[in-house]
Amino acid sequence: MAQVSLNKIRKVYPNGFEAVKPISFDITDGEFVVLVGPSGCGKSTLLRMVAGLEDISEGALSIGDRNVNHVDPADRDIAMVFQNYALYPHMTVRKNIGYGLKNRKIAAHDIEAKVQAAAKMLNLTDYLDRKPSQLSGGQRQRVAMGRAVVRDPALFLFDEPLSNLDAKLRHQMRIEIKALQRRLGVTSIYVTHDQVEAMTMADRIIVLNNGQIEQIGTPAEIYHRPASTFVASFMGAPPMNLIAAQGHDGRIMVGDMALASNNIIGPVTMGIRPEDVEIGPDCEIPFTVDIVEELGAHRLLHGQVDGQDFTIHVAKDVALSAGPIRMTIKPEAMILFDAQTGLAL
Amino acid sequence: MKRAGFTTRWLPILLLLPQLVIIAVFFYWPAAHAVQSSFYLEDPFGFGSSFVGFDNYTHLAQSSEYARIAKFTLLFTILVTFFSLALALVLAVKADNVIRGAKTYRTLLMWVYAVAPPVAGFIGLLMLNQTWGPLAELAKSVGWDFKLGVNFADTAAAMVLVSVWKQVPVNFIFFLSGLQSIPKSVREAALIDAKSSFRRFWDVTFPLLAPTGFFLLVINITYALFDTFGVVDVLVKGEPGNNPMTLVYKVYVDGFRGNDIGGSSAQSVILMVLVLALTIFQFRLIERRIHYT
Ligand SMILES: Nc1ncnc2c1ncn2[C@@H]1O[C@H](COP(=O)(O)OP(=O)(O)OP(=O)(O)O)[C@@H](O)[C@H]1O
Ligand SMILES: [Mg+2]
Repeated sequence: MAQVSLNKIRKVYPNGFEAVKPISFDITDGEFVVLVGPSGCGKSTLLRMVAGLEDISEGALSIGDRNVNHVDPADRDIAMVFQNYALYPHMTVRKNIGYGLKNRKIAAHDIEAKVQAAAKMLNLTDYLDRKPSQLSGGQRQRVAMGRAVVRDPALFLFDEPLSNLDAKLRHQMRIEIKALQRRLGVTSIYVTHDQVEAMTMADRIIVLNNGQIEQIGTPAEIYHRPASTFVASFMGAPPMNLIAAQGHDGRIMVGDMALASNNIIGPVTMGIRPEDVEIGPDCEIPFTVDIVEELGAHRLLHGQVDGQDFTIHVAKDVALSAGPIRMTIKPEAMILFDAQTGLAL
Repeated sequence: MKRAGFTTRWLPILLLLPQLVIIAVFFYWPAAHAVQSSFYLEDPFGFGSSFVGFDNYTHLAQSSEYARIAKFTLLFTILVTFFSLALALVLAVKADNVIRGAKTYRTLLMWVYAVAPPVAGFIGLLMLNQTWGPLAELAKSVGWDFKLGVNFADTAAAMVLVSVWKQVPVNFIFFLSGLQSIPKSVREAALIDAKSSFRRFWDVTFPLLAPTGFFLLVINITYALFDTFGVVDVLVKGEPGNNPMTLVYKVYVDGFRGNDIGGSSAQSVILMVLVLALTIFQFRLIERRIHYT
């Protein structure tokens, strides 16, 4: 268990591509940090630099109080869970889990005890003598977890560990991993491009885009106070509504409608979560419903406000069909972004 | 898998016919002939032959020369197979670590493969020539008075050297592709689990290469036993005398030099049985070939 600190970490691949621009952040002891961002934004690169699988081009990385820039992966006191599990195909589950311990000169009976304990925790006891090819995807995932857990490292690294599982299993494993991490209290960095995973698992989320940090914050902060239009549209399903507006005379105008009051002048992007909208016959803003998306627990109304796409989240008992309705937005939930830079104002 | 069917019965047979004819003419017919000849004693001057039953075989079994050559062949096969595989594995592991210019190295190493065995033997002859061969001089400079074609051990060493040199590229290519088919993430997991590259190689890389290794083992044994004929022929310069030779070469020497067709045929039959056994072993192996994923 340890805190981790990244100081102006940068990655330039040999072909000259700068995959990670100088990035700094600290992770406190026992914290679960999720790196999230679109494909190719540099999440894996960053994680692999922390693991020591990729050279750090510039900057300083420390795990615990030790600078580990030039420390071998095996000596960084980390354990990693790979997307495709990376189990040793020729070793039994028992050997897979115990291999890292064996190389750390731990006595055979201690290894066996630790492997047994890890297997019990992960419901793998019956499979210890099987080879990975004789396991289901979910079981392989558990073995990969077991391999990490058994080492009792200072830091867990996860690179999209659940993306090869089906939706149901993913949901279940999400909860299990989080519970396991809570119980063991091991500092963790978890990479995913699934924003639901990020929201549900993280103590803190780091949103990456183009090798840069867009925002660092708790899931609630990221969700309710996105720092940029990128974060606003990346996090949340459906994403935040972003519509072009004008600040004018103390009001925010969309077309010739005043949606909210604010003293800003000039073009802005207005952001509002679909659930922060109310509908009713007395509301002031006209809205045309094009499609009603039935999701069981609730419904989504997709339509247009002044010709711009807009989505409203309504309760399951609101019976509606396509056509004109009226809505109003909760002023305290509205976020204004700079129309040019996309940054929150 | 989808199977495409032929509408007529005779079309597939017709398509296979050229291959079948070739196999029959160049393999079954000579093989049958050899089996038959092995039971006859041929007059050295070509005046007919007489049936002698298993005499040719019992002669071989009692022949101390045949036993000596068989022993040498065994040793030769072990040495060639071991060094071809070991050197190729070392080179493949090294080449696998190279990222820049890997293709060039690979092509350069593959070149040797394109050299025909007799040509390889001839190159060996030049390099090891007693009076002016650079390798022979190198040997002399370290105090080894290398006498190709005169000293039994020296000639044997040359045979092994040239045969190994010729076989390394094939093994190299197989090993390299074997190495490259090991998932990158598995190696990375090993990098986190084990600090020592020696341990990683023996615990992870080597076992995952084992299927390739078994396959190559059989290929190399077959090569050392049979395909080294050209190398042996050039190096002993058709003067078997006191020089080392392999069983296959002895078939040729006895049959075509000694005109002992019967004895030579019996030797071929023994070798055929050996090949058959090796082939069966290989097929068994491939059937059971460990598929890890
Ligand atoms: N070895 C390499 N050489 C050059 N560029 C690379 C190399 N590896 C990755 N990249 C580039 O670096 C960028 C970041 O890659 P990375 O694998 O970190 O993305 P990621 O955020 O993990 O994406 P994903 O969600 O698809 O896994 C990508 O644009 C990729 O093309
Ligand atoms: Mg990735």
